[in-house]
This record gives sequence, structure tokens and C-alpha cells, in this order.
Amino acid sequence: MASRELIIKGGFVVDPARKIDGDVGDVAIKDGKIVEKVSSSAKVIDAKGKVVMAGGVDVHSHVAGPKVNAGRLMRPEDKFRAGIVRGNMAQKNGYRMESGFSIPTVFKTGYEYARMGYSFVMEAAMPPLLAPHVHEEIHDTPIIDEAALPVFGNNWFVMDYLKKGEVENTAAYIAWLLRATKGFGIKIVNPGGTAAWGWGLNCIALDDPVPYFETTPRQIITGLMKANEYLGLPHSIHIHQNDLGNPGNYQLTIDSLKLAEQVKPKNKFGREQVMHSTHIQFHSYKGTGWADFESGAKEVMDYVNRNKAITVDLGCVTFDETTTMTADGPFEHHLRGLNHLKWANVDVELETAAGVVPYIYDPNVKVCDIQWAIGLELALFAQDMSRTFVTTDHPNAGPFTRYPRVIKWLMSKKAREATLDSFRHKDKVIDATHIHGIDRELTLFEIAQMTRSGPAKCLGLGAYYGGLAPGMLGDVMVLDLNYKDMPKDPEKIEAAFQRAACFVKSGEIVVRDGEVVSNGHKKTVWVNAKVPENAQVKRDIAQSFTKDYTVDLINYVVRDYLAPHPMVIDVEVEA
Amino acid sequence: MATVTLKPIKTPELIFEGYSITPDAFAGKTAQQIAGLTGHEGKIVTTIGDFFEVSGNAGETAADTDIIINGDCARVKYIGSKMTAGSVTVNGNADMYLGGWMKGGKIYVTGNVDSFCGIQMQGGEILIDGDAKNHVGCAYRGDWRGMKGGTIRIRGSAGNDIGTFMLGGTIIIEKNAFIHVAPHAEGGTVIIKGDVEGRVGGQMVKGDMYVLGKIKFMMPGYQKVGTVEKEVDGVTQTFDHYIGDLGERHPKSKGQIVYANLYLKAAA
Repeated sequence: MASRELIIKGGFVVDPARKIDGDVGDVAIKDGKIVEKVSSSAKVIDAKGKVVMAGGVDVHSHVAGPKVNAGRLMRPEDKFRAGIVRGNMAQKNGYRMESGFSIPTVFKTGYEYARMGYSFVMEAAMPPLLAPHVHEEIHDTPIIDEAALPVFGNNWFVMDYLKKGEVENTAAYIAWLLRATKGFGIKIVNPGGTAAWGWGLNCIALDDPVPYFETTPRQIITGLMKANEYLGLPHSIHIHQNDLGNPGNYQLTIDSLKLAEQVKPKNKFGREQVMHSTHIQFHSYKGTGWADFESGAKEVMDYVNRNKAITVDLGCVTFDETTTMTADGPFEHHLRGLNHLKWANVDVELETAAGVVPYIYDPNVKVCDIQWAIGLELALFAQDMSRTFVTTDHPNAGPFTRYPRVIKWLMSKKAREATLDSFRHKDKVIDATHIHGIDRELTLFEIAQMTRSGPAKCLGLGAYYGGLAPGMLGDVMVLDLNYKDMPKDPEKIEAAFQRAACFVKSGEIVVRDGEVVSNGHKKTVWVNAKVPENAQVKRDIAQSFTKDYTVDLINYVVRDYLAPHPMVIDVEVEA
Repeated sequence: MATVTLKPIKTPELIFEGYSITPDAFAGKTAQQIAGLTGHEGKIVTTIGDFFEVSGNAGETAADTDIIINGDCARVKYIGSKMTAGSVTVNGNADMYLGGWMKGGKIYVTGNVDSFCGIQMQGGEILIDGDAKNHVGCAYRGDWRGMKGGTIRIRGSAGNDIGTFMLGGTIIIEKNAFIHVAPHAEGGTVIIKGDVEGRVGGQMVKGDMYVLGKIKFMMPGYQKVGTVEKEVDGVTQTFDHYIGDLGERHPKSKGQIVYANLYLKAAA
């Protein structure tokens, strides 16, 4: 079938997975996959003078499920942030209406990611009980492939097993839950702290006791890390640490990262880390309060640079009016006390909680400016860009649609200085941060490491996403940037990353000249870890659904129809 | 000054979203170009020319442009929304969101307006000869930042939710109002010359309200503190002065707690 063949000709190929940096070459695609060559009847996309990269991979973004929807319900006014009334909408026949800014509709989410050339997005926190809703929204998000990480860090089963040191039982439970929820890996949010929130308490140190469960964040993190490697899952544990967003938390962050020294990676997916520390910007704060608040980026990144068993994503602040949402229930309550805006709080029985609060990152507020600087400094201090990923913890530090702006700041000192110059408290911000003294400008190769090959490898999906080697998925972005003659104006870099000149997803052109031309063929990626039958865990699950849960086991499991286009990663676990 | 005249030639089957009917959008355009400006009918993109006959060219700037609509616009939304200068006159009725988010200029409607007139307005003047439905000068649903400036004068009556989350500006209702006057407001002035059913100033933090008629059901969070003479809309009268809402947070200024004020016309 000739129509299934495509060739992207003559672009500057940037593919860190194969150490290709700007060589002029062709990328051939057949039947949705990258191949060595195609026949002469293949459809030709001319990429001459343009940059060609693999589709982007987002390691952490809140794009589907009940807390995103809580944000949407709570903030009808959010849509005005996107532009004028009835503006900026894809109105072409056959395409869905787009709406929302920090909490866009599922359609806008899919279209905007596609316009930015992203092919895979990880929904960062799925409450297991509400997994069917997460999958419904994932299925309704066009074009992009998605997976979701169920939260485990405050789960009653996990805490019960781990306080007794039962790693194998924990692993068997995890394998069951991943299958039941069609989940991808182990997310940990404020370990122990969210469970403590049920008592109006929190855990802000590694050895703070979790009420009733008689365990600690240290035990939960270490135990889940061991269970993850016991199973050999594609991804490592994916952790949002304790004490997020508070001045002085950088020391706790480093102490938590050091827990990774105890465990060695074990998997068949090429993953080298045992811990992914997410939105680390929120965890790199020095100072004793908001008055003497300053950047801890250097201290945190110095440790990350030394320990190869850790990957991080940034969580960059973008100066937008956004909507924060996290399973860190006590943090959202704390934030609401700071800004006095609307607050939603939800408890998910036996498993987790969540909170939602709108937040305005105002460039005239010193603390917001310092947060902005910290996010960028972390990347600029990083030595290994394939372990440091671009995110905004969408929508917490800013909407994902601002990734191109973050990339602009990382690639251009001029752009950073222009933003610094716009601050009312510029001098105070310079005193509290390092950013003014950093001259480093990241290259396209490094940006591709941070948005393509790096996150794909970290997720254990390096064989499918984030590269252009034959056999990988046919997801290719063409950017309107000349590798040999990069624009002097940094705004042009942002514009090129915002709207792909062309984006091919699964071998099909989905974006042309920055506009969506197809609803694509999305997939739901999940992990099926096959463990030997564990009678105790099976009994514990059955008992809990009789005794504790308000739903029956049969109604808990995500049915196949909710993920009708699955891409299942099988993991064989040896006993 | 240049005048652009629109004459309705067709009633939209759904509702025409006339967000382009503003002096700002018209400025510098000929009648023909104005007829080509877009609007929505449902999800379909249409033009002003589909529903109006346009005559006269616009001025160079919004300030030099006056728009006159001769006919009924009861199914045309967003007239004059976001305008910054110039004027719009509707000789007839207008639909929702008239003058919403407007920053300057003048709007005059000889008939009635539907809901959300002057929503989140920042400046300028709106004058309505007839009645207004609900949500005059209020905040958009979910938003905590309401009307900031400008004046809305309704010569008739208004419905519920007047000046929700208001921060500044003035709303005058010359006849009666239903419920929810200035809820959550933190500034601004609302004057009701007729009667109000109730819920006047619920959860109001700061700002002034004048009621020249009667309030059928008074909010329990308001306390009478005295009787004062006040000039309202050019007429000096005697009012009972209430403060509130006592159940809501209140800022301090120079050591004094700042309350919202309700001035209710004293019995003769």
C-alpha cells in the first residue's frame, strides 16, 4: 500500500537516541513505523532547511481524570485566559470545539499537544478507584498516545505491607492494581502525608509517622522502589516528595533522593534510574520563610548530577493564571490559605486524596519570579540532559502549552534577561537566585534529549518513542527552524516549537503548518506485569472489597471498552 | 466622527454572536468590509452582512466611530463587548452580554436587554431605557473579579445578581430589582431607586448600596448604625445607615474595620 509510505526529506535530523545532531538526512515511515527506506511512490514531505525530530514525550502532565475535571467545573472563567470570546478555536469541519486554558478540554489537550509535536503524554496521577473516568478522558483526547500512573504512596494496602517490610506482597498488589486500572507505573505523591491529611495532619519529614498506619515516608519510598525493581517495570517510581512548595525544603528533597542509593535498577527496558523525581522546581527552595526565600537549585542539582540512578523533570513556572491540582491534599489546603481563592478537596477511599486551587503566578511578585528562576536554573545546572526533562507540571506551574516558552528561555540568555528586566523586584530576584550569572544556552540536541530521548528512556519506552531509529513508532515533528542559521530573535524559537511545520503521528500527517488536519489514531499504553499467583494478596484484596470499599471488586476494574486502542507492555516477573 | 448604520434584515435561527459589532472592530473599515466581519451562529461562522444591511464607513479609530442599529437585536449577543471608545446605539432590544468587558465609550439601548449586561466592565457608560434581565454588571461565572469601573444605568427594572463581586464603578437601577444585590462585592456603588425583594449585600466586604424603595427581606448580617443625609444621583435624602455583611471578612484601614454600607431610605 503505497499510501502508507511517507518520507520526510532533506531536514536537519536531531536524534539524540542515535547521537545524530543536525545531519541532513531523510526519515522513512511505512505502516506507522520508521523504516530504513521506502519505495519511490512514498508521499514526500519536504523538510529542507528545517529541523526534524521525533515526537515529543511528556513525562508528567495532569490532563485527564477527576481532579482535572474538578478544576474544569470549578473554573468556568478559565476559558477566557485562552483569548477572546469564541476565539482561537478550530472551527474546521470535522474538528471539535476547543475551550479552556489551564484546564483545557480533552479535545484542546490533544490538538495543542499535536501542534507542539508531542506524541506521548503521561497522565501523572490516577486515583485507582476513579481509573475508569481517567480512561474515558484519555480515550476522548485525540491524536496523542497516553498512559496514566496510579498513585500508590498513600494506599492502605501498600502502607500495611510495607510497615511489615513485605516487598513481594506489595509487588503482587501493584501488579494486580496496574492490571485492574490499566495503569503504567508507580506514582507516589507526598508519601504518607496525604494519608495523614485524613486526620488533618501532614508528613513533612522522611521519618514523620503516618497516623494509624505506623509507617513513615522513608519506608514507603524505599519499599515502593524495591517493589518496582522486583517487578522490573518499564518506569521507575515517580515521586512528588514531601513538603512541596515550602521554603527550606531542598534539604528534605536531597535526603529523599539519597534513598535511591540503596536500590539498583533491574529491568529489560533500558531504563537506568530507580527514581524519577518530578516537578523538582517545587522542591528546590531555600530560606526560612517567604521573606528570605531563595533558590536551592544548585544544591539539588549538584546531587542529581552525581547520582545516575535519578531522573528529574523541571516543573517550570510560566507566569500564567493557572489551576493547581494535586493528590497532595494538605498542600492545596495550605496554598488556599496563602491566596484565599477557591478550594476543592476530595478524599478517595483507601487510596488517595486531591485538592484544586487556582493560582496566579504574577511577575510582579518576588516569590513567583524566584520560582521561575529556579525551574530554569535546574536545567542550566544539569550535566546530563538525558536525565532532566522539560515540564511545567501542567497545570500546576503553568499550562503545557508554554513548553515552547520554557524551551525559548533555556535556549536564549537574551530571552531570560528580557524576562528578568520586566520584573518589578529585579534586583531582589537576582540576589536570591543564580540565573543572572548563568550564560549557558541549551542546544537543539539538548532540548531533544530533554523532550524526546530522555523521557522515553526514563519511561522504559525508548524502543518506541523519542527517537527515529528504524522499528520505532512513526512519530516525527518538522520544525520551522534552520539548524545552521538559528534565529537571533528568541521569539522565533518559541513560535517554531509552538506550531509544528508538520507533525506525523503513527505514520499519518496530523498537523500541517501548525494546524490540525487529522484526529489521528491514539493509543492507551499500559503495563501488564505478570507475577506468580499470591494467595495472601488475593485474599487481602477480596477481604478489603468486602470490608472497606464502597464498591464491589467487579465494578472496580477498568473494562476493556474504556481503552479500545491499547498498547500493552508485558512484563514477565520471575518468582 | 463617522456613523455606521446597521439595519437587521434577518432574524438568526439560533442566536447571532455579534462580538464584532464594536467601534474597535469597525474602525478604519468600509461598510463592505464591516459586512464581512465574522460572528457565530451556533458553531457556524457567519458574517455581520448575513444579518444586517450595513451603510456608512467607520472612522479611522474606535473613538471616531458611532454605530447605530435600527431594529431589534433581541437575538444578537455581545454587542459592544470589549469596546474601548466610540458609541453604539441600539434602537430596539439587545441580547446577552451587551457591553461585556467594555473599557470605554458609550452604549445606549432604547429597549430591553437580556442578562449579563456590562459583565466585568472596566470603564465607559451603558444606558438602557427599558429593563435588564439578570446579572447586570456581575462577574463571569466562577470569577472572583467583577465590574471594576464605568457606569450602568437601567431606566427600568433588573433581575437577580446585580454587581456580583463588584470592585468599582456604579450601577443604577431606576425601578425595582429582584434578589442578590452586590453579593461578594469589594467596592463600587449600587443604587436601586425602587424596591428589592431581598438578599441585599450578602457576603459583601466593601462598597456602598442605596435603596430608595423598600427591602422586603433584610439580610440578617446588617446592623443599623445611624441616620445620615446623602446625595444620591443628584438628590439629597435621609437614609438609615446599615453596615455589613457582619458574617464576612473585612479589611482594616487606619485601625478601623471597613464594612460595606447599605443606605436604606428612611421612612418619611
